[in-house]
Amino acid sequence: MSTHSSAEGASADRNRQPNPGERIADWADGRLGIYSLAKSNLRKIFPDHWSFMLGEICLYTFVIIILTGVYLTLFFTPSMNEVVYHGTYTPLNNIRMSEAYKTTLDISFDVRAGLLMRQVHHWAAIVFVAAMFVHMMRVLFTGAFRKPREVNWLFGFLLLFLGQFDGFMGYSLPDDLLSGTGIRFLEGAVLSVPIVGSYLTMFAYGGQFPGTVIIPRLFTVHILLIPGIMAGLVVAHLILVFYHKHTQFAGPGRTEKNVIGMPLMPVYMAKAGGFFFVVFGALALISAIAQVNPIWAYGPYRSDQVTTDAQPDWYMGFSEGLIRIMPGWEIHFLGHTLELGVFIPLVVFILVLVAIAVYPFVESWVTADKREHHLLDRPRNAPVRTALATAWLALYLILLLGGGNDLVATHFQLSINAITWIVRIGFFVLPVIVFVATKRICLGLQRRDRDKVLHGRETGVIKRLPHGEFIEVHERLPQERIYELTAHDQLQPLELPPAEDRTGIPRKVPFSEKLRAKLSSVYFGEHSQVPKPTAEELEESTSQHH
Amino acid sequence: MTHQDNSPEERLPEAGKPGKPPKLADPFADPGLPPHQPRRQDIDERAAKRSEHVVARLFATAVIAAFGFIASYVLIPKEKVVFIFPVGHVSAQNFALGGTLGIALLCIGVGAIHWARTLMSDVEHVSERHPIEAPPQVRQQVFADFQQGAADSAIGRRKVLRNALLGALTIVPLSAIVLFRDLGPLPEKKLFHTVWSSGKRLINMSDDRPLRPEDILVGSLTFAQPEGVHESDADFQVVMAKAALMIVRLIPTEIKDKQSADWGHQGILAYSKICTHVGCPISLYEQQTHHVLCPCHQSTFDLADGGRVIFGPAGHPLPQLRIAVDSQGYLAAQGDFDKPVGPGFWERSA
Repeated sequence: MSTHSSAEGASADRNRQPNPGERIADWADGRLGIYSLAKSNLRKIFPDHWSFMLGEICLYTFVIIILTGVYLTLFFTPSMNEVVYHGTYTPLNNIRMSEAYKTTLDISFDVRAGLLMRQVHHWAAIVFVAAMFVHMMRVLFTGAFRKPREVNWLFGFLLLFLGQFDGFMGYSLPDDLLSGTGIRFLEGAVLSVPIVGSYLTMFAYGGQFPGTVIIPRLFTVHILLIPGIMAGLVVAHLILVFYHKHTQFAGPGRTEKNVIGMPLMPVYMAKAGGFFFVVFGALALISAIAQVNPIWAYGPYRSDQVTTDAQPDWYMGFSEGLIRIMPGWEIHFLGHTLELGVFIPLVVFILVLVAIAVYPFVESWVTADKREHHLLDRPRNAPVRTALATAWLALYLILLLGGGNDLVATHFQLSINAITWIVRIGFFVLPVIVFVATKRICLGLQRRDRDKVLHGRETGVIKRLPHGEFIEVHERLPQERIYELTAHDQLQPLELPPAEDRTGIPRKVPFSEKLRAKLSSVYFGEHSQVPKPTAEELEESTSQHH
Repeated sequence: MTHQDNSPEERLPEAGKPGKPPKLADPFADPGLPPHQPRRQDIDERAAKRSEHVVARLFATAVIAAFGFIASYVLIPKEKVVFIFPVGHVSAQNFALGGTLGIALLCIGVGAIHWARTLMSDVEHVSERHPIEAPPQVRQQVFADFQQGAADSAIGRRKVLRNALLGALTIVPLSAIVLFRDLGPLPEKKLFHTVWSSGKRLINMSDDRPLRPEDILVGSLTFAQPEGVHESDADFQVVMAKAALMIVRLIPTEIKDKQSADWGHQGILAYSKICTHVGCPISLYEQQTHHVLCPCHQSTFDLADGGRVIFGPAGHPLPQLRIAVDSQGYLAAQGDFDKPVGPGFWERSA
């Protein structure tokens, strides 16, 4: 009674009896301050665009992976102790295998819904990495990584990087013949590291390959260390999304200074919350009908055996491509071996990923643009960025193709040597071709936008003039469309200060400044953008059209 | 439809609209957020009711599917296999559990989204942005606070203290490094040797018997392990990771490499099965060309030419084991491999 009256005294406006929900909320507010938190967030505005749901897929698959992963740990034993199998899957009876492999068989054949959970876990991991990749491309192509979001870009990149490795470790845990081969590949790759390679492998495997500790060690890293870091990064990523607010495409009423959309409660709670169930449901259906990683078909790991068509999960495919197309270079000197055929792919693998991670900082240095950006670029309006990103994608995809060179060869009846050579050449040539082609396409699209603004939309109505000429009637675009097509700003190339200062003494311009000016003209020079129509041009074209 | 074709003005972009467009100061100006367009459900109560029914039915279906999930869990025997077109033969339980769970979850999700799209307000709201950067006064205040804190600590004035602290914080974490020393042994010469030694017989892996030359036909591929190694040994996997052999028999005149022929016996050659690229066991043999292909990264070796690499990313030939026939007519090793088997590493000389 006394607490009740004091609560009433604390807030004069709460003169009526609070209902139970309000009482719980009051209790929580008094301890957690939830009202201040909810004040700005309950009706937080989210803009609507289909590409914004890509990030949601990442978040939801991450949650699904954790849910199903925890379930799997209840039945999985991460041990390399050897046992002889006697169980439900009779083809493997009397065969020696590790406990890790045996318990994975048990999950698949004896635990009801165990196979379903395994398959949802694996499919979710495949979709998780794919969704992160596509989400990242969305951010890259629309320039959403610009100030103030560079740090969040790095968080996202780390999530992709860690997600790939955790996926690799995850499918290595069952200790089947396919994944064991992957662990062996890892040993060979680490061995190639100059000077310390053999030490690193001995420490990682607790002795010579395969040893008896690598599965338990990978298990700890896979279920605890990396997911822990990733969970932290996911939270940080989301906090920053909330803090920065969403980006949006330019449109009527949508400017750098606002966000237009619908409120978190109720619309986005229902939409985003519902989408979680859609993603989960879709993964459950896929797992009901599409088999993934049938470890019983591969058999248990034996260090003297191998399966054919040895393929990693898709996201490791590009590193696989690197390792497959690399010529077998080896340098021998002073009784040592530099195993470049393996070490170079290892380094390039890191570099390909780092290139994408640092891109925002490179662009921000080149543009010297210190403003905040909340409006997204249409990819065509940033031709050099779009061309660079597409070239990177081309590199990634040709390596992915190289990673499956054996499958391409067998499915299309082609020579594996020829495919490997095509990938080797393509690695250097394709990104350049794609860069040039993409930039031209972007400029063409910019020209089309310009034409549309200046000359209007083709109506399809043909008119015949008195002197017999036929013309097509063009219609001025609606003002909203004109705004959308002209809202982007066009930067001008940076200019170096005059070669001499006011007193006539030659100015010393650092090399970095010269390089920046050069790159800036590559980005924004006359060959890299089509000038937006000016008011005068529009006026002119409307007054004396045709 | 056909208007009189007279003045060129009629063919202006805004043709079809009466009059000229309003002359704006800036023709590219933001026209502002367009007015909200009501949806069907906003103005037609029957359409709204229909949407309500759709959503309610979806949620009800989720409940039914959940019961179906529980029933499948309890009733369907785990070993039952059914044919589902076009998926093929699948575990009945996995199919039923995944199907019901999928339907239940999808119905909840689609229901919620349909509710949001048709019945919840779709009026767009505007939320203003504020710069992330703090105003200059705040910035100054923070800097002043920081300087005050630094001054209070005297870290700038008492340099000895500062340096001692930095030293301690640098050196003490180094002690963590020694913790990792016991992760594994030092490499020493472990990677240089296998269990093969002089006199050790080659055991056929398919029947566990010592191999005689007459067991191996020209054109065949046989896998062998060293004598005295058993699957049940604790170190079997470690031993076989390096000792696995692949044995081929070629017509002696086809062997191009003189040393390779000498190290074999009447055209029988014993090569390491471990790929010199990253260590996959090699298993694809093309009989007529004498090539073996590693299924992992397609390194190709010519067994008629001393295991030379002829394609792919491997950097050095497959090591060959020197073999001969012992006094009882069995194939036996004449020693260990002369070079480390498997992938290259720093300490390996050529």
